[in-house]
Amino acid sequence: MVDLIKLTIDGKPVAVPPGTLLIDAAKQMGIEVPSFCYYPGLSLQGACRMCLVAIEKMPKLQTACTTVVGNGMVVHTETPEVANARKAMLEFLLTNHPLDCPVCDKGGECELQDAVFRYGAAETRFLETKQHEEEKKFSSLVYYDRPRCILCYRCIRVCDEGMDVNAYGIGFRGAHSEIIPNRGEHLECEECGACIDICPVGALTSGTYRYKTRPWEVTYTGTVCNHCGDGCKTTLSVRNNVVIRANNRDHSGVNGEFLCVKGRFGWDFVNSEQRLTSPLIRKNGKQEEASWEEALAHTAERLQAVLAQHGPGAVAVIGSNRTTNEENYLLQRFARSVLGTNNLDHHRTADFSSLVRALTEAGAADRHATIEEIGAASSILVIGNDPTHQHPLIAYQVRQAVRQHGARLYVVNAGEIKLRRQASQYLQVSPRGEAEAVRALAGQVTASQDLCTGEAEALPTFAQALTKESDTVVIFGDEIQGQGVGDLVRWGLTLSGRTRFVALGDYANSRGAADMGLFPDTLPGYQPLSSEAARQQFESAWGSNLPTTSGRNLRSILEGIRAGEIKALLVFGANPVRTFKLEKAAFAGLQFLFVAELFRTETAEFADIVVPATSFAEKSGTMTNTCGQVQALKRTMRKAGTRSDLEILLALARLFGQKWPYQSSEDVLREIIALVPGYGIPLPGLLVGHAVATRPEGAPPPLERPDLVFSSRDSLFTSGTLSRYSWALNSVDEAKKPYGHAF
Amino acid sequence: MLSDALKHKFDTVIARYPLKRSAIVPLLLFAQDEIGHVSDEAVEEIARRVGVRPIEVVEDIGYYSMLHRKPVGRYHFQVCTNISCMLRGGEEIFAHCAKKLGIGHKQTTPDGLFSLEEVECLGACCGAPAMQVNYDYYENLTPEKIDELIEKLRRKDQGSRIKD
Ligand code: SF4
Ligand code: SF4
Ligand code: SF4
Ligand code: FES
Ligand code: FES
Repeated sequence: MVDLIKLTIDGKPVAVPPGTLLIDAAKQMGIEVPSFCYYPGLSLQGACRMCLVAIEKMPKLQTACTTVVGNGMVVHTETPEVANARKAMLEFLLTNHPLDCPVCDKGGECELQDAVFRYGAAETRFLETKQHEEEKKFSSLVYYDRPRCILCYRCIRVCDEGMDVNAYGIGFRGAHSEIIPNRGEHLECEECGACIDICPVGALTSGTYRYKTRPWEVTYTGTVCNHCGDGCKTTLSVRNNVVIRANNRDHSGVNGEFLCVKGRFGWDFVNSEQRLTSPLIRKNGKQEEASWEEALAHTAERLQAVLAQHGPGAVAVIGSNRTTNEENYLLQRFARSVLGTNNLDHHRTADFSSLVRALTEAGAADRHATIEEIGAASSILVIGNDPTHQHPLIAYQVRQAVRQHGARLYVVNAGEIKLRRQASQYLQVSPRGEAEAVRALAGQVTASQDLCTGEAEALPTFAQALTKESDTVVIFGDEIQGQGVGDLVRWGLTLSGRTRFVALGDYANSRGAADMGLFPDTLPGYQPLSSEAARQQFESAWGSNLPTTSGRNLRSILEGIRAGEIKALLVFGANPVRTFKLEKAAFAGLQFLFVAELFRTETAEFADIVVPATSFAEKSGTMTNTCGQVQALKRTMRKAGTRSDLEILLALARLFGQKWPYQSSEDVLREIIALVPGYGIPLPGLLVGHAVATRPEGAPPPLERPDLVFSSRDSLFTSGTLSRYSWALNSVDEAKKPYGHAF
Repeated sequence: MLSDALKHKFDTVIARYPLKRSAIVPLLLFAQDEIGHVSDEAVEEIARRVGVRPIEVVEDIGYYSMLHRKPVGRYHFQVCTNISCMLRGGEEIFAHCAKKLGIGHKQTTPDGLFSLEEVECLGACCGAPAMQVNYDYYENLTPEKIDELIEKLRRKDQGSRIKD
């Protein structure tokens, strides 16, 4: 234990660890020292002089944001002298400030406004004409208003230190100083909008939000981003049933203040005019609008006809990577206990099953790392994937681990991914050489001649360095799957300390789809279908028998359709036609295709029935991020004409004569908590917005074939179907860069 | 394209400094002397050589008013209107230049021969009103002297063109 430093702030004693900044010590006591340039987690700037405080025995006022506490210090944060100094600083800041608060985006949540209100610097002694500059459009999402800028450098630092993009600089001098973007008049960057979020004033404004509202006129709902698998917490600002902004308002949760471009701007597919709002039924070859009742009744009828004529083996179900756990759980119940088929799968973007299987076999089922653990790790190994594009939050956490506490990063990749900038060791391998590299690292095989493109000693050096680490977090993409996951886990667990693992799945609920058993051979919680005990548990809960033989996996479903063996297909929130690049002929053998979707996708175009589903903003439920942390989705608004997949499944079950006991997603969640191994999570934490870690344990069957697991390799600006309907994500020039571009 | 001579100059200048980035300002001046302004190419090249990001070089250019991102005239008139010069008619000199050349502050004549800029103290107060044209100083200015100078520079330019 280090000795604490004792000092007095505003007459009260306090003891804090050595090295604490005065401003933080005061904050711990509930004393707010106003600050503009100081920002927790970023380097110190000392530019704004708002945080001046009086320290006894020091001749002049000192900046609390750069002064480190000392024993016996006596500090006063609010004396008349201090207040006067702050007022004077504000008067300077306002010299050229337009004071257009009544129309400014930031009005009502502006730190400058708050400070002026507190210290009353409303009148000024400067009589000169204010310098004016026109607003500049840095990109379609980021605008800059020079006169409002107080030159706190926060935007520059968050972009350098938080994003590792370094897009901003300060141009010119004195009263003419301004923020300049990296490409002349324009930004070329990750467009994350962190700079807008962190700007204390209305100088940087957002292309989707600016001049649309005042902050007190919107409703705020905390929910979870619907794009990648990292599960950022976000707050949607909704006005008149339209989402206009997303930011993680209270900086809580797995992501703190982080959101990538998709989370901060890419929610606008929700507002898209191309959203489906009425069911479509194919009549005489054409899809025509119909009522919900007609569409669902028709679906039940057609399914029953196929079942009666060809049996349950002729029906197949494809689930979603972005619907809720509750919906996925009900979907597999519907497939298994109502349709009586295990022909059930989803587009697997990571091999979660093999990870759970390997960890369980090794008696290390608790070795899943959380997002927070990545940020706190002392050593991180990233194999395959390009997290900067595919998992922006995880990439951010990795960078933070390196920057904030000197973690060592080890990268094995075929490409020159951006994270190599932070890597202390970087092993470049031949394309798809990651799995071989793992076997070589584990000493199972000697690396082939052309595995490592770099120097000959690269691999042994890399392996050697890793053995010196402990408590390593191992993060891997779809390059490692099936057997490869087992190899990786067994070797990883021989490293010292608590090695933990993360498999990187593409989408918001890729992990949940796997956890909830959207598999032909695996029940929820990675229980093998072949296990009598596991089956019986669900059979007794549901009061019906489950089909015992494994069904068809996704590839086999598609083959079955082509071969005319599958006659009816139900698709929920997926677009296999695009994912698997199918031709229309691929579905020719189908008698019936049902699609529940937000948009008329390529798959929906072929469907006999399309029903309009709600988006993540219009429903409640839970999502599990790629690390296995569950978070609650909260309904923010309604969309006329749509129904959630949950409502659709409940209605279909009713039409099949089932009496399911669920009224809401919460009822389903309670059953999941009770029945699904690893999901015995406390409900209260979830409801107040925490990310609750699960601990799956099971022996799912090994991966049947390698082409079942593949990532879509979405970039920062794409996200399967959803991004295609986002104005924001398509509006930025950076989206046109070749895949994998490092900004 | 930057000339080989300039690149060679870069090498020798950088070698003089214990910290490479300290060489940024001299490098910028040498680049500007050759090109007439600091081009994007020069920015990239300097950034690469001293190991900083291009935007950091751009920051420096903005800070120093004698560095230009866009081309200026072949003869860049920098007329001082700071206190000593103002008292001795500097503002009138500036106005005269503007009228004679038909351009204003930070503007360039269409033929690209002259540009004009109002600047702060040139450190030549003893010869106020003063002006700097490229690297040459002209002191105790009068409108007549300005006219003569402009004439001389025009002739010089034509002379050099004939020679070409
Ligand atoms: S939007 Fe661009 S400039 Fe702003 S912080 Fe993100 S990467 Fe940097
Ligand atoms: S734009 Fe905003 S964050 Fe950036 S320096 Fe100006 S006031 Fe600070
Ligand atoms: S990192 Fe993933 S979860 Fe977070 S905001 Fe971006 S897309 Fe959404
Ligand atoms: S907050 Fe301390 S100087 Fe800006
Ligand atoms: S004031 Fe003009 S040179 Fe000093």
